[in-house]
Amino acid sequence: MNEYLNQAISAMELRFSTRLEQFRGEFSLIVKPEFILSLLSAVRDEFQFELLMDVTAVDYFPQEKPRFHVVYQLYSMEHNLRLHVRALLDGNAPAIDSVETIYPSANWKEREVYDLFGISFNGHSDLRRIEMPADWVGHPLRKDYPLGYEEVQFTFNFDEIMKNKPQPKD
Amino acid sequence: MGVEQKTGNLGIVTAKLEQVVNWSRTGSMWPILFGLACCAIEMMGAQAANNDMSRFGMELNRASPRQSDLMFVAGRVSRKMAPVVRRLYDQMPAPKWVIAIGDCASCGGVFNNYAILQGVDEIIPVDIYIAGCPPRPEAIIHGVLTLHDKVRQERLKDWA
Amino acid sequence: MADIREVSVDELRHLVSERALTGETMLLNMGPQHPSTHGVLRLLLELDGEIVVNCIPDIGFLHTGIEKTIESKTYEKSEVLTDRQDYMNPLGNNLVYCLAVEKIAELDVPERAQVLRVILAELTRINSHLLWLGTSGLDLGAMSTFLYAMREREIILDIFELVSGQRMMTTYIRPGGLWRDVPEEFEKAVRDFLAIMPRRIQEYDDLLRFNEIFLDRTQGIGVISAADCLAYGLSGPVIRASGIAHDLRKKQPYSGYEQYDFDVAVQEGGDVYARYRVRLIEMTQSLRIIEQAMNRLPKGPVRSNNRKFVPPPRAEIGVSMEALIHHFKLWTEGFKPPAGHVYVVTESPRGELGCYMESDGSSKPYRVHMVTPSFVNLQALPLMARGLYIADLVAIIGSIDIVLGDADR
Repeated sequence: MNEYLNQAISAMELRFSTRLEQFRGEFSLIVKPEFILSLLSAVRDEFQFELLMDVTAVDYFPQEKPRFHVVYQLYSMEHNLRLHVRALLDGNAPAIDSVETIYPSANWKEREVYDLFGISFNGHSDLRRIEMPADWVGHPLRKDYPLGYEEVQFTFNFDEIMKNKPQPKD
Repeated sequence: MGVEQKTGNLGIVTAKLEQVVNWSRTGSMWPILFGLACCAIEMMGAQAANNDMSRFGMELNRASPRQSDLMFVAGRVSRKMAPVVRRLYDQMPAPKWVIAIGDCASCGGVFNNYAILQGVDEIIPVDIYIAGCPPRPEAIIHGVLTLHDKVRQERLKDWA
Repeated sequence: MADIREVSVDELRHLVSERALTGETMLLNMGPQHPSTHGVLRLLLELDGEIVVNCIPDIGFLHTGIEKTIESKTYEKSEVLTDRQDYMNPLGNNLVYCLAVEKIAELDVPERAQVLRVILAELTRINSHLLWLGTSGLDLGAMSTFLYAMREREIILDIFELVSGQRMMTTYIRPGGLWRDVPEEFEKAVRDFLAIMPRRIQEYDDLLRFNEIFLDRTQGIGVISAADCLAYGLSGPVIRASGIAHDLRKKQPYSGYEQYDFDVAVQEGGDVYARYRVRLIEMTQSLRIIEQAMNRLPKGPVRSNNRKFVPPPRAEIGVSMEALIHHFKLWTEGFKPPAGHVYVVTESPRGELGCYMESDGSSKPYRVHMVTPSFVNLQALPLMARGLYIADLVAIIGSIDIVLGDADR
């Protein structure tokens, strides 16, 4: 592993008791959600990871504790290194601190995670839906949300499907 | 026979009113500028230099729906966009026609999920469907010419 | 299905300034259907006369649910959906998806496939920049560049059709290499293209570079500083036009880019004119890369031999039992990469395109998230547009080069 990255990861482990995982040459730090704000400001100020490339989430549905992993991708332009941080959240009313004050680019990304997964971000300046219409019910990318698949029309079920399909009122 | 020759020499032509009206409608059908996704790029390609749609009368794309006759729905229509499409269709004055370009506008295409309308004919009546993902510019022009054929068969009282 | 709602100023109170609440400034909708918004983008403008005080972008009109659909299809089938996400860069989307699959599954890619991937990715870059030149020139009033750019695009689309049978959504780059080898006419077609293109790019530059109207409308407009670029995480030509030489093809090279010799296009200024110059230089550099790649093209297979992931050729199925079984398993179930997650980035014509892929060991991806440059770059639009006229806003949107399929996925 790169020496500098090693230093950064050990410092984080010491301070926030993170866990390290490696896969195919990429390093991820697993952290508790309470520490995410302090971890990311430490990583930005002391170790120059200035760019937050992505905030996203993964849903492990039948598993309740933890159900969501919020994933942050960080990049340091000076040292050309990538770091991956994951925060584990439980299923009922998941909430985590917003990192918008540290990285302004997290604004829209956190809105997208809120829209598609239902994870709320405390302290976000403008938490509204971004991809789905404003009055949509439900959070589509959760694993218990259905795909909304329409059955393929063949000749044998053509009429049934045509009955249920909305037609334009002219 | 003799009468028509004589009037032809004088510069008078006789025809049914329907034929003249339909011919003029096909001669300069102005589309609304409404490209949504990938099919819009092929629509722009069909209007550009290599395949030129202005030779069929579609010289300009009007930005305002109130000044256009034809709506090309080019691309996938999502649930958020659907009321906008319907409102634009309602704002177009009659006579108006709709061509659904591509698979996503005709039937939902590759995307069979919560976010995409399975065909724009769920909200507006469509005259011509052009298949392809995206269809070649030649296919789009073929669709336009088929619409011209359809318009030539129309009766005056359809749009009266 | 949603209906159009009447939104009062109260709901947007936290976004607009106090002058809107008293009615001193006007709230105007630059709606999803607009000639200059390059797709379905809605901007809520707060205007003082014609000066933009604030601009609130509203996206989601092209949200396709690609990520959720990918979770219900196998790896090979869902690659078809990635083409249609950033529809000006379909091969680039395929490339980043396949790089992610190859990283998880540790698939090797033969040398010939790497070189061909580079050629096709650079052709797609030129394709995308030509369309950018055409449409943003059209917004500013330069109609001839639109027609010329589309003429060149037709040549590139003919090459794509030669290679894969489809003009735009080719799905030609597959995990392990390419779908099949390029035909013999490919070399001649690309070399003919390389012969005529430099002079054409020079022509476009000459048409616009000294045109007073163009210069007035682009110089000093939409300036964004380097510090703001970093804070907002922008990438691509936008950040290179503000003076930061950040190009992923040089910094974290993929698919053999470290073997090619090319310059990174950097300009100072951060305005619309600087971005214009950056993209023109990028087109010339892409031509350089394609030429080097064509000279270096080795012979050999174009797809990996790992039969657990790559289907065997048709001829082999008739003679070998293992080939038949592999074919059967790949077609009925799909391949199963090991469990884990990766994050792979490439340089698309718009910026940093990344793919976060998580696999749980089954034949369907557990979570695929495409990190798209248009979504990120659009966030900085209010910053660039404050205090300028609506006409300038049109020029700025064109210069950021957004594709709404990319932003909304």
